[in-house]
Order: sequence, then structure tokens, then C-alpha cells
Amino acid sequence: MRDVAAAPKLDEGEVGRIFGEEFGRSVAALIRVFGDIDVAEDAVQEAFAVALRTWPGDGLPPNPGGWITTTARNRAIDRLRRESRGRELLSEQAVISPGLDDPGMSEEVGPVEDDRLRLIFTCCHPGLSTEAQVALTLRLLGGLSTKEVARSFLVAEPTMARRLVRAKRKIKAARIPYRVPEDHELSDRLRPVLAVVYLVYNAGLTSPAEPGLCSEAIRLARILATLMPDEPEVAGLLALLLLTESRRSSRTRPDGSLVLLGEQDRTRWDRALIEEGQAIVRRCLRRNQPGAYQLQAAINAVHADAATVEETDWSQIVALYDQLLAVAPTPVVALNRAIAIGEVQGPDAALALVDELDLDNYHPFHATRADLLRRLGRHREAAAAYERAAAMAPTDAERDFLRLGGRASR
Amino acid sequence: MAKYLLSTYSVEGVVGDPMTDEEMQLSWKQIQALNEEMKAAGAWVFGGALHDPDTATVVRLSGGEVMTTDGPFAESKEHLGGFYIIEAEDLDAALAWASKTIAAVKHPIEVRPFRDAEA
Repeated sequence: MRDVAAAPKLDEGEVGRIFGEEFGRSVAALIRVFGDIDVAEDAVQEAFAVALRTWPGDGLPPNPGGWITTTARNRAIDRLRRESRGRELLSEQAVISPGLDDPGMSEEVGPVEDDRLRLIFTCCHPGLSTEAQVALTLRLLGGLSTKEVARSFLVAEPTMARRLVRAKRKIKAARIPYRVPEDHELSDRLRPVLAVVYLVYNAGLTSPAEPGLCSEAIRLARILATLMPDEPEVAGLLALLLLTESRRSSRTRPDGSLVLLGEQDRTRWDRALIEEGQAIVRRCLRRNQPGAYQLQAAINAVHADAATVEETDWSQIVALYDQLLAVAPTPVVALNRAIAIGEVQGPDAALALVDELDLDNYHPFHATRADLLRRLGRHREAAAAYERAAAMAPTDAERDFLRLGGRASR
Repeated sequence: MAKYLLSTYSVEGVVGDPMTDEEMQLSWKQIQALNEEMKAAGAWVFGGALHDPDTATVVRLSGGEVMTTDGPFAESKEHLGGFYIIEAEDLDAALAWASKTIAAVKHPIEVRPFRDAEA
């Protein structure tokens, strides 16, 4: 029952699509009504099981999402009336919701758009570990089964189940609130929310077996952008994901190895995603409240503008990296900025900057050094750097690519 | 409303420079002001600073007998320096008090909910 999402035919059918769309919305609405995550989660899961049984015969109801939420609410009330703990819950003040004023719950459980926003801020509360934030978000908002969440992060299912149980217990015991933070705390509290969505996307990007995570992250980013239209970094994150997604199919070879940006087949880039992403970036530029996601999106938008790598407007990219380094002064940003500078001022200038960075344990650092040394004709040093990069490469395909001195595609 | 324990931890060796008399005065005044603020807001249940851990005495059961020994109970680098018990609407409200407390005492603070949430 609990793992309906794992049933094979769901992935194909209309019910599966509706499940993805409506699970988070229904769970969020029911948490508001019942003030209890487990009650909401189980009831929505049960409602989808009912849908799976009845919809193929009866046909789709006119408002499938509303049907799911109403069915789930009725199931939850039935179940709570049967259990003594539930009767307490029904009669008591809700545990984490702002208030359960009407124990009969005759009021409409219609979609309150804010519900999903409340839920994502609860899931990504800074009092929870990042692992728990990601797992809760995928489970409760994305509707992924525990098994799917576990597989996405290469964790055994029982481990993930325990992680989820512990996180939900903490939410309840410590009374992590179910509400959208107030304006003065919003920027602090938004940071982990955006980080979780970005992490989900990158998990999909780096594990080709889980492309669903990329679309899930984009879906979450779209929800956030709809619900918080005035937050520039939310828009920036969505644009960054769309622009990255536009290149996803051309960034790996069939064997899983990476194709560098300069060597990708740009005709395979998804123009619709690029246009959507670039339009958002233009709106961000007009708003002029830059942040790390917006700047990364802008850098990607410049790349997307160039039909060939030679046409890339590198000085604009350097200018954007200057700004990015100011708001996010990390060595990885500095490395990417150095690469861009190398395109404008030559490999000498880039190597001088790269050699100042403390990134000895980061394999792209050695791969970058190797490439710059090769371009400078310092082949012996280049070979040594390729070897160091290869020794640290996360996948076999990448390691082999680097062992060949990065010449595999040349 | 729920009750939370806000405990402040001192870490041996990471204390930094000892406070000057002036800094002590200032910290004490800030804590007094915070206590008043908690009382006015209805958040105050109890609070106080503790003597150093080497003043502790431990009572335990050993083979059914009560045994009293010199403390502290756990030899560790971190020790409880003091605590508040507060009433707060939810974790965010408790964390807001913790933020105000840390501004006065400068030591890390652990916020834990009491089991009997509905006081």
C-alpha cells in the first residue's frame, strides 16, 4: 500500500503522471488540516491506491487532484475515528498546524497554494540535516517512495526509512512550524530550500540512472517560482536548472564519460529550454538584485547564445564570474573564473590564477591544470597533471578519458 | 505552547581570551536584560548559570546500593554552563530566544523540546 509509486504500471499511465503532479499538493493540504505528516502521507497514498483501482473502470474524475485530496481526507477521518490516538488528534489542537478549528472538517480542503510552500519550508528547516531535508522534500513534495528516495542517494532502503522516520519525529517533537517564514527571516530560510532543489538536480545529473530527479528538481523550482514570484534567487535557480537541462543529453557519451562544454554538439541543445531560461535571466537582469544562482544562470545563458565555442562572449563570462566570486568566494568559483580568463588572456594568465588555488583534492582542478599546461606546450607536466586527475576521477569512463590525456575526443 | 531546554555549552580550551571585568559586567547586564525580556514575554520558566563541573557530585546505583562520588558524571571537553527552560509556540520561537541568548553568553546553545509538549 505504502509504495504505490513503485507499482510498475504507474510510471506509464495517466495515474502516474497525476500522482507526480498532485501528491505534494494533497499531502500539503492534509497536513494543514490534520496537523500530522504521517496521517497526511498515509491517507494520500491510500487515496492513490483507490484511484488506481477505480479510475480505469470509472474514468478520470473531472478534477483528479481535488478527488485525491477529498478521498484522502475522508480516509484519514475514517482511520482516525477507528484509532484512539486518532480520536485524540481529531479532538485536540493540531500538533503542527496553525490550528484545527473545525474538528468536523466540514470546510473545503481545496488547494491553498501556500500549503506546498509551507511544506517545503518545514522539510528544509535548518534544524534538520541536509540529508533529511532532501529526503523529506522528495518523499512529501515529490511523492517518491522511500525505496526511490533511497535509490537516488545510493542508500539502503531501511537506512532511508529510518532517516525519514527520525526527521518526521523531530518535526513533531520539536514543533518545527508549518508556515512560510516571515519576510525578515525569508532570505536565511530560503537558502536551504534552494540548496535542496539544486542538490536534487545535481544528483540526477551525476547519476544517469536517475534522470527523474532532474525533472523533479525542475518541477519543484517551477512551483517555488510560481509561489514566490518576487524572490530573484528563486527565479535564478529555475533559470539555472532550465539552461543546464538544455544541455543534459549532450553532456555525456553513451559510455557515461563527460563531454566538455567546448566539444558538445550544440545543435542538440534544447532551444525551448534555453529560450525559457534566457527570458528569466533577462528579467533577473532588469530587477538587478544579483545572487549566486542568478549569476550562474547568466553565465549559462551566455554559453547558450554561442552557436560555436569560438563565438562565446568570454569577456562577458569573466565579468559575470567576477560578480559571482564576490557573492560566493569559493575556490571552485575561482577555478571556473580562471578558466574563463584563460579564454580571454591566454593559458599563462589562467595557470597563474589556478596555481594559487587550494583544490588539491578536486579532480577538475588537476584536469584544468593539465589542459592549460598542454596548451602551453609543457607536455611532461601536463601528463603528470592528467595522471593526478585520472587517479581521482569518480567514474571509470572519466578516468580513462583523462588517462588518454583528455584527447579521447580530439 | 511547548517547553524547551536551552542549554549553553562551554568548550574547554576553546574559551578564548578570558573576559575582562568590563566584558563580564556587560555580559551580566545583557543576561539580566534578557531574563527580564523573557519574563515580560511570558517565555520564562526558569534559568541560571552553573558552577564549574568540578563542583559536581554524582549519585548512582551500584548493586542496588546508592553510591555517592565526586563528579562530574561525564568527563568531556564540553560541559553545561547554564540553562533556561522556556515556553515557546514552536521551534522557531525557541530558536529566536536562543539567538538572543547567544548574543549575551557567546557560547553554543542546544535547544531541546521537553517530552511533555502540551504543558
